[in-house]
Parts: sequence; structure tokens; C-alpha cells
Amino acid sequence: MRLELRGITKRFGTFTANDSIDLVVEPGQIHCLLGENGAGKSTLMNSLFGLYRPDEGQILVDGQEVHFRDPGDAMDAGIGMVHQHFMLVPVFTVAENVMLGHEHTKGAFLDIEAARAQVLELSHKYNLEVDPDALIEDLPVGVQQRVEIIKALVKDAQVLILDEPTAVLTPQETDELLEIIRGLKATGRSVVMISHKLREIKAVADIITVIRRGKVVGTALPTASETELAAAMVGRAVSLRVEKGAAQPRDVVLSVRGLTVRSATGQAVVDHVDLDVHGGEVVCVAGVQGNGQTELTQAIMGLEEFVTGSVTVKGQELVGRSTREVLDSGIGFVPEDRSHDGLVGPFSIAENMILDQYRQEPFAKGVRMKPSVIAANAEEKVAEFDVRTTGVQLSAGSLSGGNQQKVVLARELSKPVVSLFIACQPTRGVDVGAIEFIHRRVIAERDAGVAVLIVSTELDEVAALADRVVVMYRGKIVGIVPPDTPRGVLGLMMAGVPLEAALHSDAAHVGEDLAEAPLVVPAEAVEGVPVEPGEAAVVPGQPTAEQPLLGDRATTTPTTEEGGR
Amino acid sequence: MSTTELKTEVTAPVPEPRRRRAWVDQVLIYLLSFVLALVISAFLIAFADPDVRSALPYFFSQPMDTISAAWESVSEAYKALFSGSIINFSAYTVTDAIRPFTESLYTATSLILAGLAVALPFRAGLFNIGAQGQLILGAIVAGYIGFSWALPFPVHLLVAILGGMLAGSLWAGIAGLLKARTGAHEVIVTIMLNWIAIYLLQYLLTLDAFQRPGRDDPLSPPVAAEGRLPRILGEDFRLNLGFILALLAAWFIWWLLERSTIGFEFRAVGANPSAARTAGINVRRAVTGVMVVAGAMAGLAGMNQILGGSTEYALGNGIAGDIGFDAITVALLGRSTPLGVVLAGILMGALRAGGSTMQAATGTPIDIVLVVQSLIVLFIAAPPLVRKIFRLRAPKPE
Ligand SMILES: Nc1ncnc2c1ncn2[C@@H]1O[C@H](COP(=O)(O)OP(=O)(O)OP(=O)(O)O)[C@@H](O)[C@H]1O
Ligand SMILES: [Mg+2]
Repeated sequence: MRLELRGITKRFGTFTANDSIDLVVEPGQIHCLLGENGAGKSTLMNSLFGLYRPDEGQILVDGQEVHFRDPGDAMDAGIGMVHQHFMLVPVFTVAENVMLGHEHTKGAFLDIEAARAQVLELSHKYNLEVDPDALIEDLPVGVQQRVEIIKALVKDAQVLILDEPTAVLTPQETDELLEIIRGLKATGRSVVMISHKLREIKAVADIITVIRRGKVVGTALPTASETELAAAMVGRAVSLRVEKGAAQPRDVVLSVRGLTVRSATGQAVVDHVDLDVHGGEVVCVAGVQGNGQTELTQAIMGLEEFVTGSVTVKGQELVGRSTREVLDSGIGFVPEDRSHDGLVGPFSIAENMILDQYRQEPFAKGVRMKPSVIAANAEEKVAEFDVRTTGVQLSAGSLSGGNQQKVVLARELSKPVVSLFIACQPTRGVDVGAIEFIHRRVIAERDAGVAVLIVSTELDEVAALADRVVVMYRGKIVGIVPPDTPRGVLGLMMAGVPLEAALHSDAAHVGEDLAEAPLVVPAEAVEGVPVEPGEAAVVPGQPTAEQPLLGDRATTTPTTEEGGR
Repeated sequence: MSTTELKTEVTAPVPEPRRRRAWVDQVLIYLLSFVLALVISAFLIAFADPDVRSALPYFFSQPMDTISAAWESVSEAYKALFSGSIINFSAYTVTDAIRPFTESLYTATSLILAGLAVALPFRAGLFNIGAQGQLILGAIVAGYIGFSWALPFPVHLLVAILGGMLAGSLWAGIAGLLKARTGAHEVIVTIMLNWIAIYLLQYLLTLDAFQRPGRDDPLSPPVAAEGRLPRILGEDFRLNLGFILALLAAWFIWWLLERSTIGFEFRAVGANPSAARTAGINVRRAVTGVMVVAGAMAGLAGMNQILGGSTEYALGNGIAGDIGFDAITVALLGRSTPLGVVLAGILMGALRAGGSTMQAATGTPIDIVLVVQSLIVLFIAAPPLVRKIFRLRAPKPE
């Protein structure tokens, strides 16, 4: 099926989100959309999928003009879409979710067997492994996404739209998804994919269309370099690696001792964790999603119920304190899920900018809030963090995904007195230009003496920010390593293999990769970083400018062929 | 001069699409819903009329009989509704002519206050079905202070008002606390508290302390003159200080929600409890707080019922009427904003006041007013239906 968009224009009030966009998706093509946050990518796809009605322009399917009144029409025409935020019913099974909206019936009864069979057939056909009887809420995000893809494919979609499908995936899951996408292409279907991750775009795209401020500014081939792509998208040169000096660690700010967090069922999701974060250093927690990293930060913030052990910030005990007291002790916190925990969607951008500071001067005096001060503050932050919006009184829910994230970051990164900054997946859904800015801000905080704790499943980010990397597996710390530890070693550690074993196993698999293998050195030798007894530490042999760091090394080899995992 | 030039310059490049603004659309939907409700009710009025029914069997031979009888009954009924709620043009004195509107406001007072008691929790994601019980408690305490204590004028009234507020707060606070501490659903708890309040009132009215001397029906003594809400337009009109209090209460709730840190917490908890919690807001305290403030509003409504004279200043089993339940309609109609509640309260008060006149003048049952009310709510709740009927386009999205 050949899909063509001609002169699509979509306005919100006086704001033009899509300005006369032309786009052609050939059969069997993987077409990637690249663009800054708020460029209008999601809006364009929503117009194509019948969720919005474009103000101007035509949609042509195989040369025939079509009008979609709703997504049902689009699906009938052979278009499927997986949204940025999943739309599944958590208490339903996979099969029930898949048939939702076009239920199979046998007389007056639902024919769940037919739906199960269909799920099995599709999952077999496209290598989308899922159990049709599993409940959605029990499935990891990556599998939930497969369910979304199956859902999009049930009506035999010829064009599949994926809006930032990899934002919430682990690197392994991402690789699997890219394989699935290639499989779809092999059957003659086309895929339109939106992503901010240049590496994966380069890995799968046949053609890349770059959108800036609602207009198509050009197309590129996957052979273009990441730097070229980034520059085309942002309109200026972007440095994909933050310039940062060596950390100047100061006193311990955050000290975690024997911290155990239990789930409601009594299972230990964080298991006797000991960790120190010094002022002036960035510690990144790496690990496969769901190994206790999120719960660790939640426990520090007083958001977990069953917590034992001790968490101190500057000597002050935080376990047992309310979240407000924790925040008031000088902590900036970026939660993992912005729309669930970080923002109040119907509230204005201005209100969201002070969501955890609304009681403090100058935003309030006593119980009286100061709307003009709050608005002025928002104007300032919106400009500083380049949040793309037409007004600070608009609801945060109307912002594009990446701009919502910027609001949360702007709020937490510009608190007046902060000794500890904690962020989970800080740049999820954010474009490369904004990532550059945010990473610089985080490093600036570090250099100002703030202790920084980052949880990220994004190894590029870990490599870019971290002074030390903590690897977690099943609630426990597997090891603490320097940021330039080879990906293969990190990957093994993230699977629970201790550092020593990981080093050897990795070496056995990809020997050539480890020509510059890091040496294990005594902990005391690590300059500046006082190491706790029992903590493992390694430093690379000779970090030089020529020696590429992790991210770059990975980009030179295709993602899916990563060794050692 | 220069500013206007600048303005055109800024707006010129983007042609504003010629579609209605969202608020214009809102107002339009409300008006059309009202019209639709009146049209449908007109049929009911016509069919309820004996003349129309007797003309109906020979409708096909003499349709005009039915139509004129129907026109007669409907126009009479709506005329009575109007003259009973807005202005009576056939009155001989100005006082009599404008009395209907003051009666509408008088009737609206308790509806506004109780409406606030439902609207505020809505904003915090809570459904307060318990305005009725909270109102009864407010009436009991305000009434008791009113008829059994002896204090000088402003003090007596003030104490009675405060007593009513506190009683309502306390009653709603129980539901809030249970929700916050145990997660007990506020709908169930407030419904149960309504029943407890109803039976509590029945029981109290059997006690000597509440019984009017020389009577054996459940009726309290009248409230002392010092404890009554003073009339504000002279003795000819029943409209009293209660209405001013209701407006002040609505303004206070607006201020609380939109301008205070407390309201910020309430709204955040209502819109996204997990984000509120992450931002350090104590969700439990907010839940309890919302109910306490809401209860105070319902308590004021109860106070207004007894100290405002709608039951001859005496406490009886019917003190609350259905106000606590109509309050839900008021809150829905008013979209849970204080201004909306005031307007919806006045509309419903007018329908009430006009309805009694209509029943007295034309024999059209006052229940028709309930039908009109319900239909308005129904249509307002379904804007696409109204748009379809009147072939309107949807407004531009904001
Ligand atoms: N319902 C809406 N009302 C007003 N403005 C909107 C609405 N939806 C989107 N916008 C605006 O349109 C612009 C484009 O948004 P869109 O979601 O398409 O961006 P995007 O390219 O998908 O960005 P991201 O990479 O952050 O997801 C944004 O500036 C956004 O604020
Ligand atoms: Mg988007």
C-alpha cells in the first residue's frame, strides 16, 4: 500500500502544529520521522490515523483520496498505530485486549477462542512472542508493546505507525523491536516510526523525513551521520557528548545503608542496598527496567510504604519522613513516569512549574498564592528550557511528550536550594538538542557541588553523565564501575553476573573489542573518590581523547549485533 | 494608536479560523438545552391537561381543538412559571411585581450553599452524596442554638451560624477521615451518614428539649427573633442575609480553589493523586480537609433552612426537603465551579419558585419543574446530542 500525505495542515487555535506537510510512504518502506520536541510529529500521525481532522490537505491511499472520521476508518483502510502512551486495559488478558473494539462473537457470546487463535497466529507470523492468556498488568513494558503491535495488526494493517516505540524499552527490547519491524517490512508492509534515538533510526530506516516547527525541512538517508541528522533536526550543530571535566567529589551527601523495600506482597524489590553519593559527583544506576532502581529512588523520596534501613541526606535521616519533609530537605526529584507522577495534566504549565514548590516564597505568602509571580516564573523557565508552547496558561497535557518532560526537568533543576538531585529516565522522549542542554545542566549542578543520582536504562546517557555507575539486578547492587566500562560487561552485570566473571566472559566473546579493556585496580587508587569498604571499583587503563566512549563505539557497529549479551 | 497597529501586526500572519470560541459554545449549549427542556416539557404539560386529553380522541377530525387546547395550557403554564419566578407584570404594586424574583433568590440560597458542598469535593475527585445529612446536622445545631439559647441580636445569630457550620463540617469530616484512613468509599459512607442524620433528627424531635410546648407532633419551638437571618429588602420580602452569605461562601470557595495553597492541593489531588503525592502533598489530609470545608457549606445550607424562615423558623422532619440531593444537580449544572453553582442555584431556585405559582395558577403539577430540571441536566451532559439537534459545529479545540 502506498500512502501519501499532501499539504497536511493542522492548527490548534492560532498555533500551526503542521504546516502543509507532504509525505510519501512506499510499500515495504521503513520511514522514520525525526524532529524536535513539539515539531508536530505526533500531531501529523494523529491526523493520519483519524484522531484529528486536518484543517487542510489530503490523504491518499494507493492514489485514492480518503477521509478518516475516526481511527476505526483508518484501521479499515489498513493503517495501524501504536501510541506514545499505551492504551491497554490492565485487568484484561492479551486476547481480550486484542479483540476489544472488534469483538468476535458466537451468537450472543464473545468468542475468546477465535481471539486467542488470532493472537497466536499473528505472534507466530511476526515473531511477536506473547501469551494470549496473560494479564496485561503482569507483563513487562516490552511485551505490552508487542500486544499493542498485534492489536494494530489484527485488521491486517499495511502501514504501521509507531510513535516513539522505544522510549520505554530496554536496549534488548529495542533490538527485538527493530527485528520485528524488519520482519514486517519483509512481508511488504510499511512502517512509519517516530524516534529521538538517532542510532536506532539509522539502524532500521530506509528513509528519514526531518520535521522542524511543523514543516518538512528535508529528507535524509540512514547513511547520514548522527551529527548531520541532529543538525538537520535542530537547525544548528549539536554536540552529542557533554563536555565535562573530572568530578571533584566532596563530602557524602546521600548515604543509603541496608535499605530494603518490600512490595505489598512482601517481596524484597530493593534488597539491602548500601550506596553513597558525594556532593559534586554523578552516580548513575544502570539496570534492566524493574530491578529495583525505581523503587530505590521512591524509597528515598518517602513514596514507598514498606521500607527498612537508613537513608540520610547530609546526616539527616529520611526513612519514615513524609515526602514533603524529604523535598524540603533540599532534593530535586524527577520521577520516571512524567504523566503519571510528574505532572498534573489539566493544570496549567505555570502551575506545573511549581507543583512541589507552591507553598514557598515567592510563589505564595501564607496560604495566598501569587498568580502573577507564578506566571512570570513559568515564562522564564519556558524560555530557559526551550519548552515549545504558545502560553504558560495552557494545560500541561496539551504539550508534546518531550516538552512535558522539559517542564518537569525545568521545575526540578531550578529549585533554589538543592543538595541532592535525583532523576529517573531524565531524558525519556526528549530530542537530542534538548538532551544536550539537559545534560549540561546536570553537569553544572554537579560542578556546583550537588550530589546527583540518575537512574537510566539508556547506556548512552549513563556513559555521558556518570562519574560512577551502579549496576542493579534483582534489587541488589551487582557492582560499582566507572562509566567507560565496556557495554558488554555492563550488559552481563545487568543480567546479574558479578564484575569479575563479566569481564572474563565478555573477553571470551568479543576479544577484539576489549583491546583497551579496563584494568581492575585497587579501590584506593581511584582518584578523588573515596570508596566504601566492599565496593568494587575499576578504572580504565588510559582514557584518552582518541579512545571512543561507549556510545560512539556502539554507533559504529549495528545495535543488534552487540556482542556479549 | 501604535498599540493597535502592533496588535494587528502580531495577529495578522495567522488567520483566525472563523469558529466559535469554546466558552461561547458552552453558553450556547446551556441555552439550547434549556429551550429543548422547555419544549419537551411542553408536551408533558399539554398531555397532563384534561382539556387536551378530552380533545385528543377526535384529533384527526378536528385537530385544531387539540392544538389550541394544548397551546392554551402550555402558554398559561409557562406564563405562570415566568411570572412566579421573574417579574409579575399583572401585579398592582411594584413590590408585588418584583417579589417573584426575590423569591427565586430566596429559594436559591440553600441550593447554592448545598451545591457548593457537592461541587468542591468534585474538584478534589470526591463524590459527596452526603450534603443532605450534613445539612440536617447543620439545621439541628443552628436551630437548637436558635430556639433554646438567649443571647443579644448579632451574637445569637453569629453563634447559631457557626454552630451550623461546625456541625456540617463534623458530619462530613467523618466521611473524609474514613476515606483518608481506611479507604472507605465516600459515596457509601455519606449515604449511610444521611440515614443516621435523618433518624437522629426524628429521635431528637421526640425529646423534651426539642419539643414545642403544648404540641405533640414532632416540631420544635420557633427560633428566637435574635437568631433569625434579617431580611435585606424590608419586611415585604423574604429575601434575607442568607443569600448574601451564600454569595460570600461561593466567593470564598472560588478563592480557596483558585488562589490558595489549600485549594491547589485539593485540585491537584483531584486531577492526579499520584503526581500530587510525588510533589509532597499529603493526600489524606487533603481528602479530609475537602470534606470538612464542604460540610461547612452544607451546614450553612441547613442553617439557612431554619434561620431563614422557610419552615416558619421551626425544626421539623421536613427541614431539609430534597435540597441535599438537588445540590448534586446544581453542582453538575454549574460544572463544579463556584460561579456556575451560583447561576445554577438561581436557575433552579427560579424554577422552584415559579413552579409553585404555576401549580397554584394553572393546576399544572409542580413535578413538571423536576422534569424540566432533569432534562436540562441531561442535555447539558450530552453536548453532541444538542449539537446534532441544532446542527451546530463543534467549537475549535483550545
Ligand atoms: N490539543 C492541543 N492543543 C494545543 N496545542 C497542542 C495540542 N496538541 C499538540 N499541541 C501542540 O502542537 C505542537 C506539536 O505537538 P506534537 O505532540 O505533535 O509534537 P511532537 O513532534 O510529537 O513532539 P515530541 O517529540 O515531544 O513528542 C506542540 O507544540 C504542542 O504544544
Ligand atoms: Mg510526540
